[in-house]
Amino acid sequence: MFWITGLFNSLAFAAVLFLLAAGFSLIFGLMRVANLTHGAFFMLGGYLATSAIGAGFWVAVLAAGVGCALLGGLVQHLLVQRLAGRELAQVLGTLGLSFIVADQCLLIWSGDPIPLAAPGFLQGAARLGVFAFPLYRLFLIVVAALIAISLWLVVERTTLGAKIRAAVDDREMARATGIPVSRLFTVVFCLGSALAGIGGALAAPILSVYPGLDTEMLPLALLVVILGGIGSLAGALIGSVLIGIIYIFGQILLPDLSYVILFLPMVVVLAVRPEGLLGRQAA
Amino acid sequence: MKSAVLFFLTAIACILPFLLPGNFYLGIATQILVYGLFAVSVNILAGYGGMVSLGHAGFLGVAAYTYAVTSGTYGFSPWTAVGAALVIGTATAAVFGLIALRTSGLSFLMITLALGQIVWGVAFRYTDLTNGDNGISLGRGTVISSDPLTLYYVCLAVLACVMILLAAFIRSPLGAAVKGVRDQPRRMSTLGYNTWTIRYIAYIVSGFVATVSGILYVQIFQFISPHALSLTVSSEAVLMVIAGGIGTLFGPLFGAGVVVLLKNVASAYTDRWPTLLGCIFLFIIIAMPEGLLPGTRRILAGLASALRKGAPRTASLQQNPRAR
Repeated sequence: MFWITGLFNSLAFAAVLFLLAAGFSLIFGLMRVANLTHGAFFMLGGYLATSAIGAGFWVAVLAAGVGCALLGGLVQHLLVQRLAGRELAQVLGTLGLSFIVADQCLLIWSGDPIPLAAPGFLQGAARLGVFAFPLYRLFLIVVAALIAISLWLVVERTTLGAKIRAAVDDREMARATGIPVSRLFTVVFCLGSALAGIGGALAAPILSVYPGLDTEMLPLALLVVILGGIGSLAGALIGSVLIGIIYIFGQILLPDLSYVILFLPMVVVLAVRPEGLLGRQAA
Repeated sequence: MKSAVLFFLTAIACILPFLLPGNFYLGIATQILVYGLFAVSVNILAGYGGMVSLGHAGFLGVAAYTYAVTSGTYGFSPWTAVGAALVIGTATAAVFGLIALRTSGLSFLMITLALGQIVWGVAFRYTDLTNGDNGISLGRGTVISSDPLTLYYVCLAVLACVMILLAAFIRSPLGAAVKGVRDQPRRMSTLGYNTWTIRYIAYIVSGFVATVSGILYVQIFQFISPHALSLTVSSEAVLMVIAGGIGTLFGPLFGAGVVVLLKNVASAYTDRWPTLLGCIFLFIIIAMPEGLLPGTRRILAGLASALRKGAPRTASLQQNPRAR
């Protein structure tokens, strides 16, 4: 009973983590940019959704995705591209930006946690024998799975995906064959940021939105990406499930030390495979 | 010339308390010393080792909390607490180093960030030990001194010792090896140097200095809370290093002076320090990645030559090569 419910909650949390980490990993894998604004986008997505909830839940989620995609595009165009080739400057630039975004969120939406109501038909729980599964968490798992599948299809089965993979493997050669690498970068940056925003909006009904959410979630996303292997979608999926399970069970069993046990998977994986479970050997 | 400037600045630092109008300003000067020491610790890794850490506030926090718990909660003498903090802080660095140094470059940066946030999480959640968000306040007698003037000179003396030792370390063969591993890891490895061990030593030295700054931190504020361990604090230290000039001995101290002064001035007018911090970050990274002093010099030189003839663009690429 306890284990099933815990596992279910872990998977729901893993779904949120996946939405957050997949975008980060996508951007990192393609552009070698560690976008530290990603956590702030997640929080911003949540806030945007709470403001747009009047127009309905789906509109709110859409607003979060579009808002973050636009902002992500701007960041890519105005900041990341300008610092092309300077990895460290890009990281620190996005870090500086994350402070600004988080602080403006605090200014606009104040310091109190803002809850977000799940749509009516997703309230309540599905009963299966003695177990009760909250519908909204089920929904989160399904959505994350659908997004994972569509991302995989896009990357593996479409021309756009083939171009992205080509640009990841060899940027110069991809350029030489006429692939508009810079535009691809912008597209991927928007897509990744949109995923973060949608993740934040979808997570709001279970986590609610509050200042500090960004710095709480960002390290988890980093752990997911480090564990799973940078740039690997499947890795992000496995990493999310792993971190989700450890985090949720840690909070139930050892609430004081739930953060410390996040160490364990990192230590084990880095000791055996420094490039992450499904990561490629560093070139 | 350089040693004359150094002598002059040291002399100023020694008589500074008597030039300042009151304890408030003396407190800020002491803060600059402590944050300067903290920035120096980040610079050992980032500047000389080519490894930028975004989790150094974790070491500051571990040291400060160890001190606060041993001295405040359990009532040991301040000096016992200093010893405990030194040991546990450095041991933490030794453990974190084993994990973080499995990778390099951006992955290193991401792992240090995650490690730092894990320490923050422990400080925030493990309320039995750390008193959670409320933090731990230290009363009279649990710190080495409560007198602002004594604290200033203690911090100055510690900083001076660290700087002298650090200068010796950088000039030593080991220091040269650290820089060699930063610039040419493969060549150093071919020459028979154990690059991992050299990086690990740099990491521990850096963690040790951060630990010392953490002990001083808890002396001057007599208070420690999770906010002192936040990502913002780690980032501020990186900003101090970049603003002052990455990989220079005294640059981080200058950077610390600028950032602490700005923070104190700004807090008098606005609550929006994070926004301002972010803007300074962007400004320095885009306009003067080599640091405020060389950056200003370059821009002035650029202006001067632009006045004479067209506008030549000096290379603004960061000169300091990163570990790949």
